[in-house]
Amino acid sequence: MTMAGRTASRTGVAGAHPPPAARRDLGWIGIPLVAVAGLAAFWLLPDDLALLTRIAASALFVLSLDLVLGYGGIATLGQAAMYGTGAYAAGIAAVNWISDPFALLAVGGLAGGLIALVTGALILHAHGLTLLMLTIAVGQIVQEIANKARDWTGGSDGLSGIDPAPVLGLFRFDLYGRTAFLFALAVLVVALMVARRIVRSPFGLACRGVKEDPLRVSALGGSPKSYLVALYAVAGVFAGVAGALTAVTSGIVGLDSAGFPWSAEALVMLVLGGTGRLYGAVIGTAVFMGIHHILASSDPFHWMGFIGLFLIGIVLFLPGGIASGAGRLSALLSALARPGRDGGRA
Amino acid sequence: METMFGIAVDGVAYGMILFIISVGLSVTLGLMRVVNLAHGAFAMVGGYIASYAAQGAGLPYAAALPVAVVLTVLATLPLERLLYRRIYGSANELAQVLLTIGLTFVIVAGINYLFGPTLKRIPLPELLTGTVQIGSKAIPAHRAFVIVAGGLTLLALWWLLERTDFGIRLRAAVDDPAMAAALGIRTERLYLATFALGSGLAALGGVLGAELLPLEPYYAIRYIVLFLAVVAVGGAGSIFGSAAAALALGIVDTAGKYLIPSFGEFFFYAALILILFRWPYGFFKGRTA
Repeated sequence: MTMAGRTASRTGVAGAHPPPAARRDLGWIGIPLVAVAGLAAFWLLPDDLALLTRIAASALFVLSLDLVLGYGGIATLGQAAMYGTGAYAAGIAAVNWISDPFALLAVGGLAGGLIALVTGALILHAHGLTLLMLTIAVGQIVQEIANKARDWTGGSDGLSGIDPAPVLGLFRFDLYGRTAFLFALAVLVVALMVARRIVRSPFGLACRGVKEDPLRVSALGGSPKSYLVALYAVAGVFAGVAGALTAVTSGIVGLDSAGFPWSAEALVMLVLGGTGRLYGAVIGTAVFMGIHHILASSDPFHWMGFIGLFLIGIVLFLPGGIASGAGRLSALLSALARPGRDGGRA
Repeated sequence: METMFGIAVDGVAYGMILFIISVGLSVTLGLMRVVNLAHGAFAMVGGYIASYAAQGAGLPYAAALPVAVVLTVLATLPLERLLYRRIYGSANELAQVLLTIGLTFVIVAGINYLFGPTLKRIPLPELLTGTVQIGSKAIPAHRAFVIVAGGLTLLALWWLLERTDFGIRLRAAVDDPAMAAALGIRTERLYLATFALGSGLAALGGVLGAELLPLEPYYAIRYIVLFLAVVAVGGAGSIFGSAAAALALGIVDTAGKYLIPSFGEFFFYAALILILFRWPYGFFKGRTA
């Protein structure tokens, strides 16, 4: 029963992916597409740049979750631990020592990667619910430490007073958030390119192997756990950079940046967009936060009801996420077109 | 000494509430292998129904409690047929997490729409508002009532699972669903009954625990982590594991809040990590593992 269930689900997952050739094509187009869409939004919505900046930074965070979940199969509800650590590390560094935005991103990435490496080595032996609980617990402890270390983090008041220097010494972070958005977009695009390289590298393929069949990987001489820990740490760097990016562009870091709801929201955004495709993270984040912006301004509970129904609908009717919708649609269209064309010939 | 006694009473009462709610989650997780994040929402629904029955319809506490449990079960059963049945099995973990988070959001929004965002109380009868004298110590009657109710729930569940026909079938289906089905056990019905049992227990805990876990629309999200922690520590599908885990975590949490209040939840999660590090499958390696 269990074996049959697992096999069925695996073929189900494989079937939901587009064939390799199609995915390669999409991959080439994707990165410039994100850049173009971002620039278009920059020109079309000049009044919503703060929101767009948040979307770009959050998309980077969700991308880190996609690396962990979509390519390593690690179900986590504690990814915000790395995001929060990166945000606080960058924020504290900015308040006390350095102000160069790139250096701050590096600090955030380093902090996120380190915490992911340490906690990953501790918890990744577990599976299923136990792993979920451990990731939640790590996130809660990070949040609790941030809450306690008032002198450094500002506790529940949040950390403010982050004043980064101009980007490359040329572009100041202006009042309208133009620099902030373009900076965030550039970081997101570079991160997408790096993530693409990583998942297509031998290391990325090995991680996917662990996701599909850890037993076989260890039979081939690999160590599933060390692959997963390494992947977790790499994703931690991405999450830390995302946190630092938020700190640099918004100027504040709050306790909720390490909280369980933020981890859960990231998971929702990722699955909305589709796991294991990198661009799914960007699509899901943009859709989720865009709708949130529109609906939550009237009543946050309307938003919850809507997103709840949306999630149920996604699970029941579109298990691969929005990004799989295009593939499914084209498959459907070609299936519809084929009999028609045959009929025309006959 | 007084503090220790206070911690013990409050910790055990709190642990019993955690147990009553979490054991429902544990049983459904053990049998259907579904991580039901909406379990907290079911408990909340039970609490709100009891609150409405007591305050809006004027029923006494003793009547509001069963009404809330029955209505919650009736309200959640269609969900089993419509939603949960599609996502049973450990292969669907991600779908389970998302669907049940989505369901939780819908319930939170619905509760807020119907009852508003303010805190709701379930007025206690006079019998439960005083104190009970045990030897030289006096403990609040409500705490004593909760502890007794938790103990009775534990006994009743043990009897149900170990001594009845239903329990035998259920244990068989947990051990090997395919084999159980082949032997003529109607697993679909069993799943439905177990789901009803789970949401009934959630509602019971939600009503009994309204004094300790206050009822407000975010209840469903705020406390689900606690319930999951109990199940993870206790081992999925194990009743005594859930009880031990709930009491241990309840006492650790209460002691942490009494003795070092400034550290909030820190001790709870530190204990959780240590326990799960030592016993990755929980105290009582669950029947599913």
